[in-house]
Amino acid sequence: MKQMTYAEAIRDGMRVEMKRDPNVLLYGEDVGIFGGCFGVTAGLFEEFGPERVIDTPISETAIAGSAVGAAAAGLRPIAEIMFIDFMGVCMDEILNQAAKMRYMFGGKAKLPMVVRTPCGAGMSAAAQHSQSLEAWFTHIPGLKVVMPSTPADGKGLMAAAIRDDNPVIFIEHKQLLAVPGEVPEGEYVVPLGKADVKREGSDVTIIAWSWMVQKALAAAEALAAEGISAEILDPRTLVPLDKEAILKSVGKTNKLVIVHEAVKTGGFGAEIAALVCEEGFDLLDAPIKRVTAPDTPIPFAPVLEGAYLPNEEKIIKAVHDLF
Amino acid sequence: MKLTKEQLLGFYKTMTTIRAFEMKAAELFAAGQLPGFVHLYAGEEAVATGVCANLEQKDFITSTHRGHGHLIAKGGKIDLMMAELFGRSTGYCKGKGGSMHIADVDLGILGANGIVGAGQPIATGAALACKYKKNGAVVVCFFGDGASNRGTFHESLNMASIWRLPVVYVAENNMWGISNNQKNHMNVADIADRAGAYGIPGVAVDGNDVIAVYEAAAEAIKRARSGDGPSLIECKTWRHRGHFEGDPAIYKDPKEQEAWLKKDPIPRLAAKIIELKYASRAELDKIEADAEAEIEAAVKFAQASPIPSPEDVFTDVYAE
Repeated sequence: MKQMTYAEAIRDGMRVEMKRDPNVLLYGEDVGIFGGCFGVTAGLFEEFGPERVIDTPISETAIAGSAVGAAAAGLRPIAEIMFIDFMGVCMDEILNQAAKMRYMFGGKAKLPMVVRTPCGAGMSAAAQHSQSLEAWFTHIPGLKVVMPSTPADGKGLMAAAIRDDNPVIFIEHKQLLAVPGEVPEGEYVVPLGKADVKREGSDVTIIAWSWMVQKALAAAEALAAEGISAEILDPRTLVPLDKEAILKSVGKTNKLVIVHEAVKTGGFGAEIAALVCEEGFDLLDAPIKRVTAPDTPIPFAPVLEGAYLPNEEKIIKAVHDLF
Repeated sequence: MKLTKEQLLGFYKTMTTIRAFEMKAAELFAAGQLPGFVHLYAGEEAVATGVCANLEQKDFITSTHRGHGHLIAKGGKIDLMMAELFGRSTGYCKGKGGSMHIADVDLGILGANGIVGAGQPIATGAALACKYKKNGAVVVCFFGDGASNRGTFHESLNMASIWRLPVVYVAENNMWGISNNQKNHMNVADIADRAGAYGIPGVAVDGNDVIAVYEAAAEAIKRARSGDGPSLIECKTWRHRGHFEGDPAIYKDPKEQEAWLKKDPIPRLAAKIIELKYASRAELDKIEADAEAEIEAAVKFAQASPIPSPEDVFTDVYAE
C-alpha cells in the first residue's frame, strides 16, 4: 500500500494499464505537457510520449467521436473531456454512437473506451463548470457509469474501466482530487458493479457516491455521537448497479437516505428509491429521504453555492426526520 | 491512368448490383414488405464503386443513412444486407439495426449511420488507430453535402489534418440535404474548397463518372497510405429518388431531374466499355441479369429467414 491522492491514484491506474497494454492511449484537451486541467495526467506525457498521450484541439465532438472509431478499430482509448459540463458538446457521440453501436450492429462490435471527465461544485466555478450529470448517462443503455469516492477505488475502477469492452463514463470529482488515501501498488482492479460499505451501521442506510460519501461519513460520525448508527453504502458504479448490496443494507437498517450532489428531479437517487420501493418495500419502516441539490443551476457566489450543495447538516436533518 | 478490362467490368458489376439492390428495395418497400424507412443510393453508384475499388479488406469505411451502395462496394454480403432490411434474425444486425445501421466490422465497415455527419469523427478515430498500429490501413469517410455543414466536419478534418491521419473524406454532393438545395445551404459552389481551411488537398470530380472518381480516390488513398495525411474529395452527383422512399421530391425541378437522369453513371460506363471494346452490349446485359438474380436470391433468403424472438431485445447491449 502507498499513500496517494485521488488524482495520483487515478493516474496510477492509467499508468499501470498503459504499461500493461500498448493499445491503451490517452487524449484530450491539455492532457500532455500541461498534465490535464486538474493535473490528473501529469507526467504521463513524459513517460509514454506524444504517440500515446495526445493533446487535442478544443473539439469535444471529435474527441469523443474519434474514441468511438479508435475503439471500433482495435484500440482502447481513454478520452478526457475537461469538464462534465462540456459533455453536451459531444453528446451525440456518446448517446447515439458509443452507447448504441454494439446493439445496432447485432452484437458484432466492441467499443472498449473510457471517457474521463470531472464533475462537481465547490470551487465557485458556477453553472457551466460544476455540474453532476451522471443521471444523463445512466439513462442510456450501453454505457457504464463509474463514480469513485476514494483514491483506492479511483485506481481500481480505472483499471476495470480500461479493461472493460464497453464504453465507460468515468466521473472524477474535483473536490476529491487532493484527498489522500491508502492505495494498493501495481495492478489493482475493482470490479464494476460492486458496491462498498464505507462504514457499517445498523439504524439507517445512507447511500452516497463520489464527494457525497465524505459528507455522509462526516454525518455518520456526528450521528454516532447521538446514538444513531448509520451505514454508508457507496455503489461506486451506477451502471452496473449493485442492487443486491442496496437491498441487503436496507434489509438490515430498514431506513434509507440517498445523498447526491446532482439536482433532485430525475436524479439517480430517484432510481434507487424506485428500486427499493419495487423490490424491497417490505424492508422499509419509514419513507425514503433524498438529500440533493435543488432544481436550480449552480450559483457562483460562495454563500449561494454553499446553500446549493448538500452537506453534513442536511444529511443529519434528513436522518433525524426518520426517527 | 489506364484501367484494365477487368477493372471496368468489375465496376460495372458493382454498380449494377447496387442499382438492382436499390430498385428491389424500392419495390419491396412500396409493397409494404420492409419495416421502417429506406434511403436509396440509385444514381450515386459511381462514387462508392470508384472509391472502394481502391480499398483492401483491412481498410475501413464509415457510411451514412444512404449506405447500401457503400456496403456493397466494400464487399458487404448482399443476402445478410437484404435480411437486415427485412428485420430477420439472419440479417447483418440480427434485425436490431435495419437499413441505417448495417455494419461488418470484419470487412472494415464501421457502419451506416442514422445521424448525419456522425461518421466523420468515427472515421477520424479509426484513422488514428491505423496510424498508431502502423498497419498500413486507411479509412474512407463517406458523407453527403448536408453533412459537410455539421460541426463534426470541421472538427474531424481539422484533427485529421494536424495529426496527418490516413483518412479520405468523400463528400457525395447530390445537391440536396433532404429538400434543401445546396445553393440554399452553403455559400460555396464546391465543398472541395473547404479543404483549404485545413491545409489539405481538396478536389471536385464528376461523381457520375466512375473512372474520374476512381482516379481521384486512388491519388488520395495513396497519399493517406504513404503517411502524407488526409484529403477531401467532392463527388458531384444526383440522387434519382426522393430523400427516402415515399418522398415525392416535389422540391426537384423535373427538367433538372431529367437532365441528371441522362447523366446516369451506369449507361455512361456501359458506353465507355463498349467504345473500348471490352465487352458487348449483350455481355453487359448478362452482368446486369446476374446482378438481378443475385438480388432475387437474397430476397428469397431473407423471406425464408426466421424473424427474431421477442427475448432477443435484451441481448447485445453490453459486451461480456
